[in-house]
Amino acid sequence: MTRRNLLGGLFSGAALAALPSGVWAMTADAAKRLVDLIVADINKVIDAPTSESAKIAEFEKIFVRYADVPTIARYALGVDSRRASEAQLDAFTRAFQVYVSRKYGRRFREFIGGRIEVQKAREVKNFHEVRTIAHLRGESPFEVAFLVSDRSGQPKFFNIFIEGVNMLLTERDEIGAMLDRRRGDLDALIQDLRNIS
Amino acid sequence: MHTPAFFPKTGFSADAARAVGIARLGLSACLVVGLAGCSVPDSDDAPGDIHDPYEETNRNNHELNRALDRGLIRPAGKGYASTLPAPVAETLSNFGSNLSLPGTVVNNLLQGNVGGALQNTYRFAFNTVFGIGGLGDPAGDFGITEVETDFGATLHVWGVPEGAYVELPILGPSTERDAVGRVVDLFTNPLSYTLPKPEKYYGTVANAASKLGDRGRYSDTVDSVLYESADSYSQSRSMYLQNRRFELGSDDDDAYLDQYDDPYDEIYDDPYSE
Repeated sequence: MTRRNLLGGLFSGAALAALPSGVWAMTADAAKRLVDLIVADINKVIDAPTSESAKIAEFEKIFVRYADVPTIARYALGVDSRRASEAQLDAFTRAFQVYVSRKYGRRFREFIGGRIEVQKAREVKNFHEVRTIAHLRGESPFEVAFLVSDRSGQPKFFNIFIEGVNMLLTERDEIGAMLDRRRGDLDALIQDLRNIS
Repeated sequence: MHTPAFFPKTGFSADAARAVGIARLGLSACLVVGLAGCSVPDSDDAPGDIHDPYEETNRNNHELNRALDRGLIRPAGKGYASTLPAPVAETLSNFGSNLSLPGTVVNNLLQGNVGGALQNTYRFAFNTVFGIGGLGDPAGDFGITEVETDFGATLHVWGVPEGAYVELPILGPSTERDAVGRVVDLFTNPLSYTLPKPEKYYGTVANAASKLGDRGRYSDTVDSVLYESADSYSQSRSMYLQNRRFELGSDDDDAYLDQYDDPYDEIYDDPYSE
């Protein structure tokens, strides 16, 4: 063991002892490794000669495995999450997961023949930003940034920026508008989210 | 210019397709009153803020654009994408995009971006020669991609404010500044002064066709915003502004930091702190 490793080991041991478990234990490298895994899985789905519905199912698995779905769902629901019961929140989270998987999973068609490359990771505020470049056939390469945190207890991504478009914000606007249309009826929204194909 | 079309844009224009940046098309009240007349929000322009004083008119235009898309552009785009083999569509798109590069170089220079101008000039020369008049994109294979820009971006560099959000009939989402940029860009391409008729229209036609192809190719994504979202106007507006501001600020590594909300702070009353 080199001295640097030893010092690093000692320091992180001390840091872990001093902090509640899981908080800020993450490094930029760990965030990058997580996105490496996500991207490897996504590239696999892009390349697989499977049907669109199979791709959507695969995407849902990736989403559940690597994203902090409860946090994303709560953020999307916004202030309305405060008046929701525990049971409603759970039901909303599950319905939201299905809705997101279908909505974004369908876009895999656009990615056929393309690939995503992980660039660099850095610490930003209380979390990490991992930048990637998406190469689509016949398009100039564009940037996709993943925001990663381990505050849920595990390293997970909680937001994606595609060419600067904030997925969390976009979905919060959308869920808010859907809720307005249903006069604030959360149960109706949950029902409808499950049924959107 | 060839903008990644991952995000749906709601406008399409055959004659103005030259500048492509999918929704950044425009004509505007701003033109009438001049640049100084651009509507500016009272407070400082915070990222994420939306300045939309013409919302009622914009929403009417949005409905018009949706009807136009549903009746004409969407079916045509889907037909185009399913009829034309992908390699042919790509060739056409390369061709149009190559011919619009000199206009991009002019804007690179107006912004003082000499590196960008050189890269685009090199790309243009390389693809014109080795890509057989720009039909292929061998430069892209060597990583010499386009440094995209337009006159709207030039105005941004010159310090002109974004102005109000506008959704224009036929042309789609824009801002007052970008609308002016769109009009000026009809005149920034040197090729349009040097090529004879009808050759000087080839690029425009190819770009229009490739935009139609994009509508078909990204059909699901565009549909999900235009027809499946609860408020398609506000979704298009939000996506357009986020994407455009990102493009304009993307040289700056930290330009988007203040957009990075921490949902963990907001959602919970910090459950992890106990």
